[in-house]
Amino acid sequence: MPAIEYAGTSVEVNDEGFLLQSDSWTREIAEAIAAEVGIGPLTEKHWQVIEFCRQDAAEQGQPPGLRRISKLSGINMKELYQLFPKGPGKLAARVSGLPKPQGCI
Amino acid sequence: MKHLIVIGAGTAGTTVANQMRGRLPRDWSLTVIDPEPEHLFQPDLIFVPFGMQTPERALRPRGRTFRGVRWMQRGVESVDTDKKRIALDNGDQLKYDLLVIASGAEIRPDETAGLMGDEWQRAIFDFYTLEGATKLRDALAAFEGGRVVVNIVEMPIKCPVAPLEITFLADSYFTGRGLRDQVELIYVTPLDGAFTKPIASRALGSMLTDRGIRVEAEFNAGEVDSEHKVLKSWDEREVPFDLLITIPTHMGARFVEASGLGDELAFVPTDNATLRAQGHDDIFVLGDATNLPTSKAGSVAHFQSEVLVENLQRSIAGRSLVEDFDGHANCFIESGFGKAMLIDFNYDQEPLPGVYPYPVVGPFQLLKESRRNHWGKLAFRWVYWNMLLPGRPIPVPNHMSMAGKRLLPDADNPLAA
Ligand SMILES: Cc1cc2nc3c(=O)[nH]c(=O)nc-3n(C[C@H](O)[C@H](O)[C@H](O)COP(=O)(O)OP(=O)(O)OC[C@H]3O[C@@H](n4cnc5c(N)ncnc54)[C@H](O)[C@@H]3O)c2cc1C
Repeated sequence: MPAIEYAGTSVEVNDEGFLLQSDSWTREIAEAIAAEVGIGPLTEKHWQVIEFCRQDAAEQGQPPGLRRISKLSGINMKELYQLFPKGPGKLAARVSGLPKPQGCI
Repeated sequence: MKHLIVIGAGTAGTTVANQMRGRLPRDWSLTVIDPEPEHLFQPDLIFVPFGMQTPERALRPRGRTFRGVRWMQRGVESVDTDKKRIALDNGDQLKYDLLVIASGAEIRPDETAGLMGDEWQRAIFDFYTLEGATKLRDALAAFEGGRVVVNIVEMPIKCPVAPLEITFLADSYFTGRGLRDQVELIYVTPLDGAFTKPIASRALGSMLTDRGIRVEAEFNAGEVDSEHKVLKSWDEREVPFDLLITIPTHMGARFVEASGLGDELAFVPTDNATLRAQGHDDIFVLGDATNLPTSKAGSVAHFQSEVLVENLQRSIAGRSLVEDFDGHANCFIESGFGKAMLIDFNYDQEPLPGVYPYPVVGPFQLLKESRRNHWGKLAFRWVYWNMLLPGRPIPVPNHMSMAGKRLLPDADNPLAA
């Protein structure tokens, strides 16, 4: 698996750029990923989503899907698309250092 | 007397009930609850729109699907997990000692703004219900050309390959009618490709493009503008259509939501190896009703039923549960022109090419089109009614096996570290 340097820290990612160890995530890494995908710098609303995702994943043992984020994070679907364009579920997970949400097989 | 109650007599509930009969101690009763008088073989829904199966033949009287099991023709309104009581739609209450939730998933077109507007069942059709599939058949027969859009609103859905099948079959159908030149076929999906798993996604994606079917990926449908016949995404992309074949949002049964047993889509959080409902020692879940990260497919319900039947007996006897479900799924994918493909996978292993179920001899080809696979798909109908539902053993391994599968060269294989 490739290792990438974000904010001076080397972390392992899969070939879609998702962190392999969500423990190695830091706020600085989130900013660096956000910059890389072109959504940085992160705003307060981004952080509201990221914090929800990390907490929910810790409680549930899996990253939340898009519908769950829009229902429980306090940020609605329309806004999620503005904050994390194209695939908010995937992008929010990636910036939050979580695996790609499965939801769907 | 103690009571085992199964809610829902679809694929999962029927096979479990039939297998549990004869395995219960004498002081236990078994009841299955389902309001619908008939059992629908859902895989036939992809054939109905093209006149390849009649609506009548996709159904059987539910009473004939049980082997000596008591069926109560009622709907469940709610479950009180503290009092261990079920409320029925006629106001009756039933007490349970052990409960199996097998109430499946249903489409919820009402979850998408405008989907059920003026064009619903005029230019917009689902095929996940027998009514929708039948009306789509009539609309296709009257269709003389234009833009046909197949759209998955959001995941997860039942049988995630069915939207591909309907697209391949539409291509084959319009070709047969000599109309293919006048029809633009577009596959619009929230996924980043044709399927969720990379190797199968590439194989299926190139099958679409080879047939001149455009793929619009990462499209999350937000609303339908009925007046202008336009499908719109949350990020304001637009796809106009003349005929929209929609696969709406799926949710679990309404009583699951009403009883506080579900997640945000009313699927029941379930332990992925034992199939016990999380946080409820006396409730088990299988089939489409679970939140498990595997396909919502009849084959999955079958593979799960073996684990569940074991665990129900262990639970009754007060023994520890087996953690034996590996997420095994397999699906035939009808690809039109009399051919089909087959995929076989589980929680950890994505679909690979090769042969199934036996190494070398197959007889089925994995991730590759063949006529024999098509006959396999049709044979599944017989297997379903005569072996799967009655709970008779089916001679394919319960766990996914790597035998017969071909690992791809590292460069093509995202799994090779
Ligand atoms: C178009 C299409 C094609 C498919 N093709 C395939 C295929 O090729 N291969 C494959 O393996 N699978 C296929 N499937 C998927 C397969 O049909 C389902 O995964 C399978 O039926 C799931 O079984 P289940 O028992 O969980 O749910 P279901 O079979 O849907 O049964 C749920 C039952 O619960 C009952 N119920 C609901 N609410 C209540 C209530 N409140 N009270 C009491 N009862 C209730 C319903 O009436 C229903 O009978 C397909 C599905 C579709 C829609």
